[in-house]
This record gives sequence, structure tokens and C-alpha cells, in this order.
Amino acid sequence: MSAAATAMRALQLVGSFVLTALETTGRLVLFAGAAISHCFRPPFYWRSFGRQLIDIGYYSLPVVGLTAIFTGMVLALQSYTGFARFSAESAIATVVVVSITRELGPVLAGLMVAGRIGAAMAAEIGTMRVTEQLDALTTLATNPMKYLVAPRLVAGVLMLPLLVLIADVIGVFGGYLVAVYKLGFNPATYLQNTFDALKMEDVVSGLVKAGAFGFIITLMGCYNGYTSRGGAQGVGAATTNAVVSASILILSFDYILTELFFAR
Amino acid sequence: MKDTASPKICIRGLCKAFGSKRVLDGLDLDVGTGESLVVIGGSGTGKSVLLKCVLGLLRADAGSITVDGEEVLGATVDRREAINRKFGMLFQGSALFDSLTVWENVAFGLLAGKGMERKRARQAALDKLAQVGLGPDVAMLSPSELSGGMQKRVALARAIAADPEIIFFDEPTTGLDPIMADVINNLIIQTTREVGASALSITHDMSSARKIAHRIAMLYQGKIIWAGPVGEIDNSQDDRVDQFIHGRAEGPIHMAVRA
Repeated sequence: MSAAATAMRALQLVGSFVLTALETTGRLVLFAGAAISHCFRPPFYWRSFGRQLIDIGYYSLPVVGLTAIFTGMVLALQSYTGFARFSAESAIATVVVVSITRELGPVLAGLMVAGRIGAAMAAEIGTMRVTEQLDALTTLATNPMKYLVAPRLVAGVLMLPLLVLIADVIGVFGGYLVAVYKLGFNPATYLQNTFDALKMEDVVSGLVKAGAFGFIITLMGCYNGYTSRGGAQGVGAATTNAVVSASILILSFDYILTELFFAR
Repeated sequence: MKDTASPKICIRGLCKAFGSKRVLDGLDLDVGTGESLVVIGGSGTGKSVLLKCVLGLLRADAGSITVDGEEVLGATVDRREAINRKFGMLFQGSALFDSLTVWENVAFGLLAGKGMERKRARQAALDKLAQVGLGPDVAMLSPSELSGGMQKRVALARAIAADPEIIFFDEPTTGLDPIMADVINNLIIQTTREVGASALSITHDMSSARKIAHRIAMLYQGKIIWAGPVGEIDNSQDDRVDQFIHGRAEGPIHMAVRA
């Protein structure tokens, strides 16, 4: 094969990739627009919404709580190792509370919920697609976007901030446990340092991020499930895509939102 | 009972293609009020596509479908939902919602579609289950706890729960043993008569077609090649119809077989 033909082939592959990416993005944006519009138009399926609140919020608490407490504990331990070299151990409380509320709380909770909820949503809706349950909804005069997607989207946006708020408290408590019971810090001083370092904008920025991550997780779960094709293999692929795409988007949007909140 | 003079469903020049493959190619078909029409045809001839176009699950490329004189192709989403309230549908694989109990499945159209209160909807669901020969003991079970025949009955109860004007049956007896298939055929006849609905069924099970149909139409290469009363199908004078109803491998219809 000549060099020109090889270059042409490479160009063709790049072009095909770009076109596919643009097409998928367009479909996703249209899907998101339709889903958002259904969140504000009746009828509202309160029972389905309540079930999603429990699924996303209540049942994700253990995994998010465990992630948060160990993250706080490790953060305190690692910070101590580093800061002890400069006799700056008193900064540990500040590092823990700022890191948890600004970044680690929302990002780690988002990633854990993406693995738990995003995958489950893609698998459930994907299975409904391949077993004609979505078609059955339509024939029963029920819009699947309104019945399945809208409640999940709203529940995700509401529950993630709540989970992150709890994760923030648990994560800071994890840091406190290690600092006080392992590293020998004075409890009152550690707590005082924590409250001194805590700023409202740190917590609020984390909660706004959490709301955005909740939207991303539920959107990617629903979109991949809704558009899945081809039986069990298609549902498996949809589940994988939901988790991978949500995780990448969470990390990308984390940077974008951090720029918006804190870039000077 | 049946009235073919003013068709409940009127299909004209319906076309649907997937890529270069034309599945429906100018199909014309009428379903009269109170009439049970069965569309027969080989696998992959477009029977399910025809049904999905009428139900709005697939968008037809061209043609016209009217329900009670109202054009449904190109109808708005809200209008489409209103039209779908006239329909009941029995899916080939039952398509029961596995996250809901049996009674919630049957009452789904009443709860989500019509906003009926749960207590009344539950009673209505129990009545419909009784109509298809299922007792209240199955009402709280999950669909996965039922046999294939029972799932079909639950799906039939769901299809008739909202007393639809038109019921669609997609391969209603596929995958069932002959006795259960006959039970389902009897239930289809009984329930459609009780509701007074028109019925459009698709099947390649000839014994089922002969039993539930007033009229039979045969779909081949995207068109209806023969349609007439069920009693006349044995004298259709069409070799393709004869080959199909007698299940012969030899004849004018050649199935694509890969070695």
C-alpha cells in the first residue's frame, strides 16, 4: 500500500470517528432535552419518583458512607506523613475538610453512584427495551420518557447533593478519628481547626457539583439503556457504556465546575 | 356484530424500508368495526412491522393509516397517546413489567394511563384476571413466577383491562403447547366478543388463524396478496396462499435458507 493510500485510510478513520462522535453527541443532547422537558410536564408519576429517591438515595448510603470514611482516614494519615516533615501537622484538619467538601466528597460519591445506579438503570431500561416492555408502555398510552427517564433524572439531581452532604460529614469524621485516636491530636483543637477552615462556598460548590453529577449519572444510565440493541450482549454493552461515560463526564465536569467556582 | 363498511382501521399505500430492504411496499388493508382480521405470512415478511406502524412504534415511510377516520401517521405525541388509549396489545413475548406484580401489570393502563385510584384499579385487575381464568392468588406474584401460558393470560388480561376498541395480537400462540394455544385462542375470541372490540392479529399458526379470524389476509413481499373470509381461504386460487396454509416447502414461495 502506498504512503498516500495509508494516509487516506487514516484520514478516513479519523473522519468516521469524528462523525460518529458528533452523531452520538447530537442524539444525547436531543435525548436530554426531551427528558428535561418531560420533568416539567404532567402527568407526574410520583410512585415511580419515590422509588427512585429510595433507590438512589437510601440504598447508596452504605457504599458512599464507607467510601467517605476511608477517604477521610487515609487523607489524614497521608497529610500527616507529608506535613510532619515541615512541622505543619496543624494543617491536617484544613486539608481534610477542604479536600473532602470541595473535591473528594462529590467526585468519589459520584463515581460510586455511577457504578451502582448508572449500571443498574442501563441494565433495567435496556432489558425493558429488548423484551418489548418499552413498546408495551407506549401501547398503554404511557410515554416511557415520562414514566422511566424523568423520575430518575429528578431523583438523581436531588439525591446526589444529599448523599454528598452526608459523605462530607462522614469523611471529615474519618479524618477526625485518625487524627485524634491514632496521631494523638487534641479533639477540641482538631474540631476548632476544622470549623475555622470550613467555608460556605466550599460546601456549596461541592453540592452544586453533586447535582450536576447526579444529572450526568442518571442521564447516561437512561440514555444507554434506552438506546440499547441486540439482546443480552447489547444490554451488557449499554451497562458498561453507562458507567464509563458517566465516570469520564464526572471527571471532566469536575474540572469545568472547579474552574467556574475557584479560578481567579 | 362486524361492520366492514366503515373500517375501524384503514391502511393505504403503507411503505416501510430498513436501509435498502423494502419490508412494506404499498400495503392496503381494512379492519372493520367488531371484526377479527388475521394477517398471515412467513417469518420476516413484515407482519410485526405492519403492527408496529399502526401502533406508532415504528414510523412509516409513506402511506396512510386512519383509525376511526383520523389520520395517525404524523400525529403529535399527545394525539398519538390519545389514539393509543383505544388500543390493547398482546405482545409475542408477553412483555410484562417484571418490576411490578401481576395485578399492577394488568391495571397499568388504568393506573398510569387513566389515573384510577389503586383500590378500584386492583379490583378491576382481579376481574380481568378472572376473565382469563386466573384466580386472585396469582395477583400478588411477580411475572417471573408464572409459566409461559400464565404470562400470556396475564398479558391478555392487561390488553383488555381498559376495555379497548381495537386489540392487537402479535403471534398469540407462539411458544405454547397445542392445548394452551387453544385455551388462548378461546380466550381471545371470548374476550374480544365481551369487549366488543375489533382485532388485528398476526400469526403463522394456521389453526389459530382459522379459529380466531373472521377474515384472513396474507402478506407477501410487502403487499397483501390475498384477503377474504376465513371459510374461503382453502379456495383462494392463489398458489402462494395454498403453499403457505398447507406448509409446503415446494411452491412459488422460496424461503432464504443458508447452509
